[in-house]
Amino acid sequence: MPGEILLEARALSKSYSVSTGAFTQSARRALAVDGVSFALERGETLGIVGESGCGKTTLARMLMRLIEPDSGEILFRGEDWLGARGAKLRSLRRRMQMVFQDPIASLNPRLRVGSIVGEPLAIHEPQLSGEERVARTAEILEAVGLGRDAVTRYPHEFSGGQRQRIGIARALILRPELVIADEPVSALDVSVGAQILELLARLQREFSLTLMLISHSLPVVAQLASRVAVLQTGRIVEIGAAEQVLGAPQHPYTQALLAAVPEIPE
Amino acid sequence: MATSLEVRGLTVELPTPGGWVRPVNEVSFTLGEGETLGIVGESGSGKTMLSLALMGLEPHGARHAGEAWLSLRGAGNGDGGKNGGARNAARANLLTISQNEMRALRGREIAMIFQEPMTALNPVLRIGAQVEEAIRVHEPRAAESEIQRRALQALQRAALSDPARRARQYPHQLSGGLRQRVMIAMALAAGPGVLIADEPTTALDVTVQKQILELLAKLRRELQLSMLFITHDLGVVAQVAGRIAVMYAGRIVEEGPVAEVLRAPRHPYTEGLLRAAPRLTREKLVPIPGTVPSLDALPPGCAFAPRCPHRVAECDAAAPELRAVNKNHEARCILVR
Repeated sequence: MPGEILLEARALSKSYSVSTGAFTQSARRALAVDGVSFALERGETLGIVGESGCGKTTLARMLMRLIEPDSGEILFRGEDWLGARGAKLRSLRRRMQMVFQDPIASLNPRLRVGSIVGEPLAIHEPQLSGEERVARTAEILEAVGLGRDAVTRYPHEFSGGQRQRIGIARALILRPELVIADEPVSALDVSVGAQILELLARLQREFSLTLMLISHSLPVVAQLASRVAVLQTGRIVEIGAAEQVLGAPQHPYTQALLAAVPEIPE
Repeated sequence: MATSLEVRGLTVELPTPGGWVRPVNEVSFTLGEGETLGIVGESGSGKTMLSLALMGLEPHGARHAGEAWLSLRGAGNGDGGKNGGARNAARANLLTISQNEMRALRGREIAMIFQEPMTALNPVLRIGAQVEEAIRVHEPRAAESEIQRRALQALQRAALSDPARRARQYPHQLSGGLRQRVMIAMALAAGPGVLIADEPTTALDVTVQKQILELLAKLRRELQLSMLFITHDLGVVAQVAGRIAVMYAGRIVEEGPVAEVLRAPRHPYTEGLLRAAPRLTREKLVPIPGTVPSLDALPPGCAFAPRCPHRVAECDAAAPELRAVNKNHEARCILVR
């Protein structure tokens, strides 16, 4: 169904207390995310760009319900995501997964890759037999470009790019509808980052994913996003079709960001 | 153009349980006065080890071979020539001088700035005190008032607004961009002729990066600095450098004028990097297959051969020499004829 809204954020806000001195009680609160609203259509890739402190990671964590917003609403598949509890929460949660920047920090070093990738199945699909779980794990590892033999190895045996593939496999094994990728290539070398961007684009097609790509890098977002939202000090200052925002930016901040990108001569 | 730094056959070796590995392998280049040479490479290319070797800061147990001749500016940088005369118009080989001699040159003749200024700044000392220390170490007999005056001047030169107030602050009170300005002020406080900048803007936001790159370009012109600019970012190198050297697995694989190398690369690795780099306009990215080889398991011939789309049997026979594309441009590939 084209144009179906998968996720909608309404006036999301989150503030943190700012300590004003070593011995004073924190007097001030700073808004990390300030009244952010947007809708995500099923199947699209929304790029969220902004500089450090703009609130993009706070926004992602609220969407994942890793932190609670101070105010606002999130509708996921038309349901009240922030209010979901119990079985409802579990059934919604598995449909939304996250890929992190640092594949080293996000993988348990003492577990074999098979356990890391297969763990979500044990939690969300406990009815599966051991054999079925192993088969699903091997299948998803192949889909992300790792061999079946990865199952018995440990994360440290893999390069940075391969670890990011492991992180992506873990995110995809439950067949989520929405994947939020937070700076997925920032810690990788250019040649390897391109492999991961290509992989995300292919997986999005194969798994009919809706993708939210969070990055500080406009060129990275330009590769995948169909729409782009520019975040500055907690607010969306511009949102629109990628060609529009990157090609004919309207907001002065977007214009400044684009002008600052050091371009490779053609 | 006078030469500021001439590196010939620089090799750095590190001990590992499996034997010696070479993060820097027979590297040669010449840095002209007032010139910026961009050194580009991915992680493990040896670009940072190269700069540490030039600064005498290699890890414990490392050994090196080759030469690195630094032309000394000596007097004429604000100290009135008190102890500069003897070294005037002289050169020093950074790889053979003693630790004490290196200490005397570091800061005064050659200085370095790093990716993360927070780790290079002392968190419990005020900014001003740290810049003053960078001056005092080379001029122990200068009056305190003179040192303070020059520290403020150095901060001002790095375009820090209200330098007197900044001097009283601590590093954690400054943003990343301001901390990098402080690092630049410290590095240039004693008037070095050569600055090594190792990924100085990689940790910064893109708008702040632009300001720092502009500042470095301005200082380079004003102070006739020669700069070795180390980065993984081809866009950054296009902006700051006149020439580029691309490193892979410890070796320079291509060197030439930056515009020419980026428009018409002659080494398949440079070509691959350019195709893999995301740009503002969407086009199909072509990743380089595979990964950088481990230093203890380098292929026998060309180190890039296993990932190279143009590989022929001859590539595995021996590591290729740098071949001249024209008189300013060379590439380490047998396909260059």
